[in-house]
Amino acid sequence: MTYFFELLINGALTGLMYALAALGIVLIYKSAGVPNLAHGAMIMLSAYFIYIFASLVGLSLWLAIPIAAVLMFVFGLVAERFLLRRMVGQPIIMIVMLTLGLEILLRGVAPGFLGAAPKSLDLGIGLAPMIVEGVFINRAYLYGAAVAIAMIAVSLLFFQTRLGTKLRAVSDDHVSSWSVGISVERAIGISWGLAGVSAVAAGALWGSVQGVDWTLSTLLFPAIAVVILGGLDSIWGVLVGGLLVGILGSVVPGYLDPLVGGGTRDVVTSLIILVTILVRPYGIFGREDIERV
Amino acid sequence: MFYRLAGVYHTTYAGERKLWPVPADRWQALGVLALGLLAPLLVGDLYLSSYLLPWLVWTAAALSLTLLMGVAGQLHFGFAAVMAIGAYTAIHLTRFGVPFEIALLGAGLMAAAIGSLFGAAALRVKGLYLVMATLAMQYLVDWTIINVPAISGGAQATLQAPEVSFLGAPMTNDTVQYYGALLWAAFLTVFIMNIKRSAFGRALVAVRDKDFAAAVIGVNVFRYKLLAFFTSSFLGGVSGAVLAFCYYEAVTPEQFSFDVSIQFVAMVLVGGLGSVIGAYLGAAFVLLLPIVLTNLVAGLADSGLLTISQNLQSHIPLMAYGALIIAFLLFEPLGLAKIYDNLRNYFRVWPFQHTRN
Repeated sequence: MTYFFELLINGALTGLMYALAALGIVLIYKSAGVPNLAHGAMIMLSAYFIYIFASLVGLSLWLAIPIAAVLMFVFGLVAERFLLRRMVGQPIIMIVMLTLGLEILLRGVAPGFLGAAPKSLDLGIGLAPMIVEGVFINRAYLYGAAVAIAMIAVSLLFFQTRLGTKLRAVSDDHVSSWSVGISVERAIGISWGLAGVSAVAAGALWGSVQGVDWTLSTLLFPAIAVVILGGLDSIWGVLVGGLLVGILGSVVPGYLDPLVGGGTRDVVTSLIILVTILVRPYGIFGREDIERV
Repeated sequence: MFYRLAGVYHTTYAGERKLWPVPADRWQALGVLALGLLAPLLVGDLYLSSYLLPWLVWTAAALSLTLLMGVAGQLHFGFAAVMAIGAYTAIHLTRFGVPFEIALLGAGLMAAAIGSLFGAAALRVKGLYLVMATLAMQYLVDWTIINVPAISGGAQATLQAPEVSFLGAPMTNDTVQYYGALLWAAFLTVFIMNIKRSAFGRALVAVRDKDFAAAVIGVNVFRYKLLAFFTSSFLGGVSGAVLAFCYYEAVTPEQFSFDVSIQFVAMVLVGGLGSVIGAYLGAAFVLLLPIVLTNLVAGLADSGLLTISQNLQSHIPLMAYGALIIAFLLFEPLGLAKIYDNLRNYFRVWPFQHTRN
């Protein structure tokens, strides 16, 4: 039973960290309707930025992370302004492929200029696990989950502010927002910037857990499962979807891996995506799109 | 001047629906075919087996995918998995002593069966959700191949392709392998071009443009989507088998990973959705440009003109590939086929520019 609880709790914590990685995808999809498949690479880029300022420049970590956040905000604005805005009105395959192209480019640029070998990013969390009632809990995941919950709470609150209300209006309908004087372009740009900032949080935490190298961009796959399951345009969906993906992705492999020889986590993630799309394509909390001919 | 339309009169319906109604296009196609046939005499073995052969096989795969993505409008991000099914089926069948010709057919049928099974599951949705569903399919097929020893031959295993012969010609020397790939690519070219002018192709195009509208005019949308998945997966499965036997001569799961799927989608998009000539150009661009660029940079670095680290050098293909995709989508969304078309239109009236309206 202890084994089960260990899988359950650590799975839930990992899931919350997946939720943090998925938050940026939802922020962008909500306002712009663009599925940002480059988000994994943006997380990787953020981790590289933090690494540059913390290890190469030698700044304190608490200075390096804000600098990376500013840089990623600008990166988001630039990506939106010069890449995605030109694709408005194009078929979805063009937009998906453009973000994938950006992903491939970043995956080449960051390791290319900074070295492909994994780099360590120490947040000062410590490696010793926490033991509660005989259950080993990974301390890094625990702190990561706390940050994830905080970030999700901040995003929920943010959507209650004046700017957040504008973003919600934009996510409802571009043309109507225009007609009441909301600058849709600016709102979409800002949501890209915020997605960049959320990528920094994810990059810092995942970078400290996995080390900083290109494999951080593979977080895209669990993040996609999270947003598909939770609903592409729902912040609550990220939280619930993250927990489910994390728990299923930890408990099922925990019992099945010894039997079938490993790697079932990807299978669980794939099945979550497939089953969600079969049963309820718009996810648990997502808005169902009604298509008119 | 070139591609002249003067003197091209259609006096029969059949004549009007010919594959290449303009004589210049016909001669051009025949010329390219002749070059393809003579290539083993014209270029060295190295170029033949490391540039031309993969180009043809990748083109065949891109053609199979463009039928699904370009003509029928169904997005597929797991095409490498379909090809993997074909490749593994063909290898296992031939290892059991089945003749290669029948193994190819079996590869196609197996890929088509599994491919349309996933297609049927994914057909409730379209667009982005279809992308995600096929992406999940890619991971599932990958995992199954790797973790079932009966398929992959054990963990981390490479299955050697047995020595086979196609219609009496042993598929072991480079020239025969090249002609095998050429035959398949040429067959697919004619096949896809014919599909596009048949009732089947028109129904697919109707489904692509608007599936509800297609249903209104009497096209059974579900049936045609499924048929598109079936046909495309069949051709993809055979292409996978051709890839395994003509080029790699072995199969490992890594040859058909998710990145390869993305590569095929990039070829189709860079070439131009639904275009046959675009598949050739796109495959050449996506496959060969990073190789050429790597060789160029390596050459410059070796000669001391350019000093960059080994690490950066090894990442240049990836950067070039990403930048290529972005640049094409931004500046020429209709792809290389459109550029070819523009050139053709230019030369059609050259040097009398003013006659172009």
